[in-house]
Amino acid sequence: MISNRRKLFLWTVRGLMSLATSLTGLLTLFLVGYVLIRGIPNVSWELLSTSPSYLSDRIGILPDILNTIYIIIATLVIVLPLGVGAAVYLTEYASNKRIVGIIEYAAEALSGIPSIIYGLVGMLIFSNNMGTCLMAGALTLVIMNLPVIMRNTQESLKTVPQAYREGAFGLGAGKWRVIRTVVLPGCVDGVVTGCILSVGRILGESAALLFTAGFAHVANGFIEGLSSAGATLTVALYVYAKEQGEFEVAFAIAAILMILSLLINLSATMVTKKFQRRNQ
Amino acid sequence: MKPIITAKDLCLWYGQSQALKNIDIDIPECSITALIGPSGCGKSTFLKTLNRMNDLIPGVKITGTVKYNGTDIFAQDVNLLRKEVGMVFQKPNPFPMSIYDNVAYGPRTHGIRSKARLDEIVEQSLKDTAIWDEVKDRLKKNALGLSGGQQQRLCIARALAVQPQVLLMDEPTSALDPISTLKIEELASKLKEKYTIVIVTHNMQQALRISDRTAFFLLGELVEYGDTDQIFSNPADQRTNDYVTGRFG
Ligand SMILES: Nc1ncnc2c1ncn2[C@@H]1O[C@H](COP(=O)(O)OP(=O)(O)OP(=O)(O)O)[C@@H](O)[C@H]1O
Ligand SMILES: [Mg+2]
Repeated sequence: MISNRRKLFLWTVRGLMSLATSLTGLLTLFLVGYVLIRGIPNVSWELLSTSPSYLSDRIGILPDILNTIYIIIATLVIVLPLGVGAAVYLTEYASNKRIVGIIEYAAEALSGIPSIIYGLVGMLIFSNNMGTCLMAGALTLVIMNLPVIMRNTQESLKTVPQAYREGAFGLGAGKWRVIRTVVLPGCVDGVVTGCILSVGRILGESAALLFTAGFAHVANGFIEGLSSAGATLTVALYVYAKEQGEFEVAFAIAAILMILSLLINLSATMVTKKFQRRNQ
Repeated sequence: MKPIITAKDLCLWYGQSQALKNIDIDIPECSITALIGPSGCGKSTFLKTLNRMNDLIPGVKITGTVKYNGTDIFAQDVNLLRKEVGMVFQKPNPFPMSIYDNVAYGPRTHGIRSKARLDEIVEQSLKDTAIWDEVKDRLKKNALGLSGGQQQRLCIARALAVQPQVLLMDEPTSALDPISTLKIEELASKLKEKYTIVIVTHNMQQALRISDRTAFFLLGELVEYGDTDQIFSNPADQRTNDYVTGRFG
């Protein structure tokens, strides 16, 4: 028999909890809705396909879109072999489990560091030597995303059944052949998940890039672009809103980024689901 | 018959604990040798020593000698040894690739690139393991879609495709139904014309049905080794007698 006071207490707790839940949901919905409603009407083909011009007083975000694409490509091209290689080394070759543990812990800790600190260090190491440019930004992002790729690859390497490795060794395959033909194909999902998460982080990054990649809005080719300063969409959002008071453009960019990150989350969830199904 | 594998004074430790104690054994060519004994007595450990699969386990220490065709296996290139001495595992472990690629994996590993030659090897290996008729129309399909018994015969075909001399089988039928088991037993009896087979089994009937020689292991020691008929009908050691008559184990 529960006393009435106890009942009242339980009711209140339940009430407060559902209030908190609905508040969270409403806030998220409000934020997403507000950005989309204010942003989408400002997204026009002209905005997406032109460069800004002071002469005609026009703002276009094509350079920022290109810069974002360039920096994503450059970062992934460098971080993928490094991250996957490190993961393969740690799970398949390294014999000292303690050192492996320390490195895994360090990678975990590295992902928790505020990105502005990466920016500061990236500026000192990269920008001060090669100038403020997208490449300096990409290299900074490589350091930020290395743990993401490495940990995701490692986790999926661990799910490759030992029986596959034994089967391949038993046929006289060398270590590298076993890794290349049996182990790596089994961890593609982890690499893909890591990539999607990294793209999400790169899209959302501002602090680290403000320090290292600068904020020019000039449309360049790939190589030219990497060696000059440039703003990604997120940095451009900051610049347009804060420095130039161009809120229509800022919200248009915000809406685009919002949609992209929703898509990225969705695809990450889908890959993970597929991955779990396969491992059952 | 001439021995193809000879172990002398073989001891093996996993870290501090000794799993094999002074094993002396001669395994004759083109015959089936069964390894029997209670769980944990070292059958798998001994079997894995023969193609150095124990190399993969950290902390393993081995003393004594094992010779394959007269040469010390520990002084030999391990990948070439495993090409000669193949292995079939307890649980069927086909790779998650097509049936064809599974069988072609070994030959490709050892440098065979010609499509025609690979086709030939795949067909022959699948015929040797009596599974060709069941899979010839789906060679490009994923091997994981096969039944357990078919997967195990595929794994045997995969092992045969590198043309080994010896086939090590660790309880190859323990995960299979009686009909698949029978097929594998028939297969083993047929294969011994060309290959030497060493098989670990917990099934006394199976040992009796298919093997020529039987080795009884207990607590890491080789208690008795002889012709299968003699081991089962007239064992020299009391412990062997107790085990094969089902008094323990
Ligand atoms: N990787 C390992 N590390 C440490 N000890 C091991 C390892 N593998 C086996 N052992 C030990 O070595 C002994 C022999 O094991 P083994 O697997 O060879 O037995 P088995 O005769 O094959 O048994 P079963 O019939 O259950 O398969 C056991 O005591 C086992 O615990
Ligand atoms: Mg065993």
